[in-house]
Amino acid sequence: MTLAAEINNSSPEKLLAPVLSAFWDQPDSWTLETYEAHEGYRGLRKALAMSPDDLIAYVKESGLRGRGGAGFPTGMKWQFIPQGDGKPHYLVVNADESEPGTCKDIPLLFANPHSLIEGIVIACYAIRSHHAFIYLRGEVVPVLRRLHEAVREAYAAGYLGTNVLGSGLDLELTVHAGAGAYICGEETALLDSLEGRRGQPRLRPPFPAVAGLYACPTVVNNVESIASVPAILNKGKDWFTSMGTEKSPGFTLYSLSGHVASPGQYEAPLGITLRQLLDMSGGMRPGHRLKFWTPGGSSTPMFTDEHLDVPLDYEGVGAAGSMLGTKALQCFDETTCVVRAVTRWTEFYAHESCGKCTPCREGTYWLVQLLRDIEAGQGQMSDLDKLNDIADNINGKSFCALGDGAASPIFSSLKYFREEYEQHITGKGCPFDPAKSTAWADNHKEVTA
Amino acid sequence: MTENVSLGMPQLPAPAYPADVHARLEADARAIVDRYPDSRSALLPMLHLVQSEEGHVTRTGMRFCAEVLGLTTAEVTAVATFYTMYRRKPSGDYQVGVCTNTLCAVMGGDAIFEELKQHLGVGNDETTDDGKITLEHIECNAACDFAPVVMVNWEFFDNQTPESAKKMVDDLRAGRTVEPTRGAPLCTFKETARILAGFPDERPGAVEATGGAGPASLVGLRLAKGEIPQHRIVHPRGEAASQEGE
Repeated sequence: MTLAAEINNSSPEKLLAPVLSAFWDQPDSWTLETYEAHEGYRGLRKALAMSPDDLIAYVKESGLRGRGGAGFPTGMKWQFIPQGDGKPHYLVVNADESEPGTCKDIPLLFANPHSLIEGIVIACYAIRSHHAFIYLRGEVVPVLRRLHEAVREAYAAGYLGTNVLGSGLDLELTVHAGAGAYICGEETALLDSLEGRRGQPRLRPPFPAVAGLYACPTVVNNVESIASVPAILNKGKDWFTSMGTEKSPGFTLYSLSGHVASPGQYEAPLGITLRQLLDMSGGMRPGHRLKFWTPGGSSTPMFTDEHLDVPLDYEGVGAAGSMLGTKALQCFDETTCVVRAVTRWTEFYAHESCGKCTPCREGTYWLVQLLRDIEAGQGQMSDLDKLNDIADNINGKSFCALGDGAASPIFSSLKYFREEYEQHITGKGCPFDPAKSTAWADNHKEVTA
Repeated sequence: MTENVSLGMPQLPAPAYPADVHARLEADARAIVDRYPDSRSALLPMLHLVQSEEGHVTRTGMRFCAEVLGLTTAEVTAVATFYTMYRRKPSGDYQVGVCTNTLCAVMGGDAIFEELKQHLGVGNDETTDDGKITLEHIECNAACDFAPVVMVNWEFFDNQTPESAKKMVDDLRAGRTVEPTRGAPLCTFKETARILAGFPDERPGAVEATGGAGPASLVGLRLAKGEIPQHRIVHPRGEAASQEGE
């Protein structure tokens, strides 16, 4: 391959595929006017020209998979809704983005809320729903403002309300602000919370498709999943499947953060690698090396610099021993103490455990006690096996995936960095200087050197 | 032996709101209830509503929610105590939350939180004597590409340093207008709670304040459009083992 061809084939223009983010740089990108100027609500018109069943089949054939972490096929979720059952059907959009490291839905809704609203109308037409909800985490008031405004605009333009675009579809959309609970990102806890209760997961079955909100058939989809639907309708499923891989088709938002030269959102076909993203964006911060990273938030087992070439799609990350999750690529360099990082994540899980299941509630508490001791240089070698043991007693032994998420950083950090834990124990303290990890650590290097 | 243990439960019976306040809040509550097929779904927004009245969720506010929704005060208390955004004691006009989840903590959130504690002379979840600022550490707020992040009344203050954070709290205490990097010019915590109850921010310019996407949100788009010069020649997958991630 010639050098010129190499540049061409791996240039950002070729590797990235801005769709949802394509016009975020336009003035007033969040308005209906800007959205319509960029082919907004055209996918909806195409969808309304189809029968609901054909629409569900079309989305299924596109191969779109859930962008909230689990990767379940979106069209299949819609198909599970029983039809002709005489009950109301509901669509609930999970906008409770709280997984540590995850920061894609919030910028998406801030810059382009109408892509979600258009997707909601399409999805409700497909599943025969007349009332949809956006469950937005409460701690993001700037996004709440724009959702309020976008919903108002959509009602005024006839995209919501009675007889949407003359289709006969009546649709109400309610924006609901949460009140600060990570667990409400779990779909059944979210439904309990939306019903005005403590956000605690439900035992399944029955699944939400059968007995969800108010015990009625309910689809719960992630923001990015629903927001991706209008473009699939507008540009066609063949266009969509031309991107990504056979089992993970399409485009998605990758969120690069941490000790990298250019943190931010990178929308690309599924299957891009961290090496490709780092190479095009300037790599790690100058003078530093990648030490560990998460492919999809803190609940996905961590990777190291051995995994730079893992294709970031559902199968590729799974085969390498982790999960694609939310594509939250948190990158930490060699200044970062892995014990400190894992301790802090574990404190998070202990704080956010809803308390319903004993293994998670008690296990996360004891993990924190052990980790704090180790970080402070007061641990014993036997604590390391104990950590593994407790994590094993949480993993897969509770109602929901919060406990599994808590176990992930424990298992994976012990697998890749056991020596660093041992160093804390034998050296009776943390060998790292946290000041060197800060965003401003290298600012005055020349002055102080 | 348990008689002296405080469970933090509200003392009963809770006093009612004054008649005029009750009437005003009841009209708001009806508007909230009307959004839902089932009235109990209104409970979370209504707890934001009563918080907008008094700055925290009082036993009076919980009694009000229970009466409007036909619930017991115990049922309302169970919900109000589950969610961290509901405050259970009087607090400041400005809630300054420093993200100390792993990524922000490592990038400097821990240092910012420590310096703010020193600077303000308060600990976690404590309020300055002038009643202006309540300081707390918060969990990941979905802005990791802008780390370290500080939230004030749930508006984004991105890419903070100890110096920028100290200046910001000084400005707040001095009554100067403070604008976030993403979001609208700050209003009080009570006014923020009303937006959270589902009543749109009516201030002119609030929705469009600070423009479209933040800078970090645009880096991928700019690269894809060729607007940022490429940093280096990229290597095809698997051929750059000696240079990875430097």
